[in-house]
This record gives sequence, structure tokens and C-alpha cells, in this order.
Amino acid sequence: MSKPGLPPFQQLLERHSDDVWRALRAIVGAQAAEDCFQETFIAALGAYPRLRPDSNPRAWLLTIAHNKAIDHLRRSRRRHEELEDAGAVQDPPGPDAEIWAAVAALPERQRAAVALRYIGDLSHREIAAAIGCSEEASRRSLHDGLATLRRQL
Amino acid sequence: MSDQLERALRAPVPGAREAARRFADRAAADFAADFAYTTIASPLGQLLLVAGRDGLTQMHYLDEPLDPLLENLARRRSPRIVESAAALDPWRRELEEYFSGSRSRFEAPLDWAAMAPFQRAILSATAAIPYGRTSTYAGVATAAGNPRAQRAAGNALGANPLAIIVPCHRVLRSGGAFGGYTGGLERKHFLLELEGAEAPRLPSA
Repeated sequence: MSKPGLPPFQQLLERHSDDVWRALRAIVGAQAAEDCFQETFIAALGAYPRLRPDSNPRAWLLTIAHNKAIDHLRRSRRRHEELEDAGAVQDPPGPDAEIWAAVAALPERQRAAVALRYIGDLSHREIAAAIGCSEEASRRSLHDGLATLRRQL
Repeated sequence: MSDQLERALRAPVPGAREAARRFADRAAADFAADFAYTTIASPLGQLLLVAGRDGLTQMHYLDEPLDPLLENLARRRSPRIVESAAALDPWRRELEEYFSGSRSRFEAPLDWAAMAPFQRAILSATAAIPYGRTSTYAGVATAAGNPRAQRAAGNALGANPLAIIVPCHRVLRSGGAFGGYTGGLERKHFLLELEGAEAPRLPSA
């Protein structure tokens, strides 16, 4: 019997690009989602052969996506220091435009927690690892973010 | 969390598929991916084409499911594999010309590196058989410098990773019998007829 190996990268791309795309759209907005998406998958492709075959590729990809999103927000904040939150970009109008606008207006960490939990379906432990905080803090960010969204919608 | 909110957050967002395709095409074009593949339709059915930095590395009749073939490639060589029709364009074009009768030799680069030395010698000898002509297992074994290795030559040809392009269909058994063909004798017959080669009669069913 051959040892289990990593599947072709294309498989990850097909299975998880939807989730990565939605999470990025929630965290950085529709306009920056494309760049962050490309950066996420190019970084993932580079590191892929070192991924342990038994790890969860979805959580791994969403963690990379979150890092790319945060990098993007920091860069654009530096560029537009006068803006309160550069990530709160104008999204094209759509049926859920109100919800996306409300998500985009959340503070960075709350927005990431909401995106990773409800779009990425990550566990609190995985969210904490992705954001780089304690599990307790990730729970609190999620709770606060949801409370704000509920109040507004 | 309200239903509306949850529904909206979980709903697919248009654009993911296109972004994924743009990624795969770019990763293939600048070789961030080690291999790109695509499947194309041909008069002989679906074909799988796989290319890497050095050229085409696989071309198979897709009679079996695709996933195990790709998983095998991932295990043996690299899991950095993406689907990109654009990356395989040079070979697809040449194949279309070949099937339409307007091309008699393949020129886009081929990757010989993954082949064992003996197989490589046999397949290079096979690649030298001109369009529309045939040779024999003994003939390619001799051309590869190993006249007694007829049977091994047959095995090497049976495992040809570059079907059609390395023309193992031009190799017949001494005495004019068909010999074997991994894609099936009807395909071998089709290709020889396409090239106007003197083809033995197909064994009747």
C-alpha cells in the first residue's frame, strides 16, 4: 500500500476557493478580494509540499487568507491614514449589500472572527490560531461582532 | 444570529470560480505550479495532457477516472498541480493539426526526464520513426542499441507516457501483425490509417 500523500493542489483550489473568496470579501471588501485571493493561493502553493497530509487544508487556507487580508488592511491604512478604516470599502449594491456593509464596518478582529466562524466554519481554536489570540479572546470578538450586527440589522 | 444574517454570510459569492481559474492559469504560466493539466476532446476520445517546466510529461487516453492519475503524479513527482487549458495550448494545437492531417511531426517540447534510461532509449528510437511509416519491436530495440531486448521494448512502449506524440502506434510485430496498444488496437488502426501507413487488418471481433 502506498503512503497517503498530498492531493493535487487543484483539488484544494476547487474545494475551498468559494470559502476563501467569501471570507476575503467579508474582511477586505469586494474590490480587494481578488488581489488577496491571488496572494493567498500563491503563498499556499509555495508552502504546499510541506503541509502535513493529515492537517485540515481548509483551516490552513483560511488562516493564510486571513494573514493576507490583514496585510492588505495594514498597507491600505498606511496609504490612507486619514481614513478611519480603510477596509470598509464601498461594495457594489446587491441583495445582501446591507449585511456586507455592516460586516465591513466591524472592527478588524471582530470582522475576521465573524468571517472565519460563519463563512469559514472554523472552530474557536482554529480562529484563535489564525488571528493569533487566545481562544477566549476569539470567542469575545465573535460575540461582540455578532452583537453589533444584530443591533444594526 | 438572525436567519437573514446567517443566510447571507453562508451564501456563495459570485466570482470565486473565475478567481480560481485566473490563479491556476497564472500559476501554470510562471511555473509556480510544477505541473499543469487539461483534458481535450479528440477523434479518439478524451485525452489528458500534463506539462511541466521542461515540456509535456504525460498524454493519456482518458479511459479511466482522472483523479487517480493526478494523485499518482502528485505522489511520484509533485503535488503542485493545477488545471490550466491555456498552459497546454501548444500541444493541443499540434494535436488538432495532427488529427486534421495537416501536421506530420510534433515540435512542442517534451519532458523525457522522468523516464528510466532504457524506456527513454526505446521511446527516442520510436520518436524517430517517420510519419506514415512503421517499425517493429525488434527494430526499435536494435535502434536503441539492444537488439535482444524485444520483449522489454514492448513493455516500454506499452508504458509510453506520451501516447500519439511518441508514436508507439507505428511499432508493429515482425511479420506485420498488430502487436499491442495500450489504448486499444482500434486506436492504433485509426492512427496508422490517418497517417496513410500500411496497417494490418484489425482482428475481427
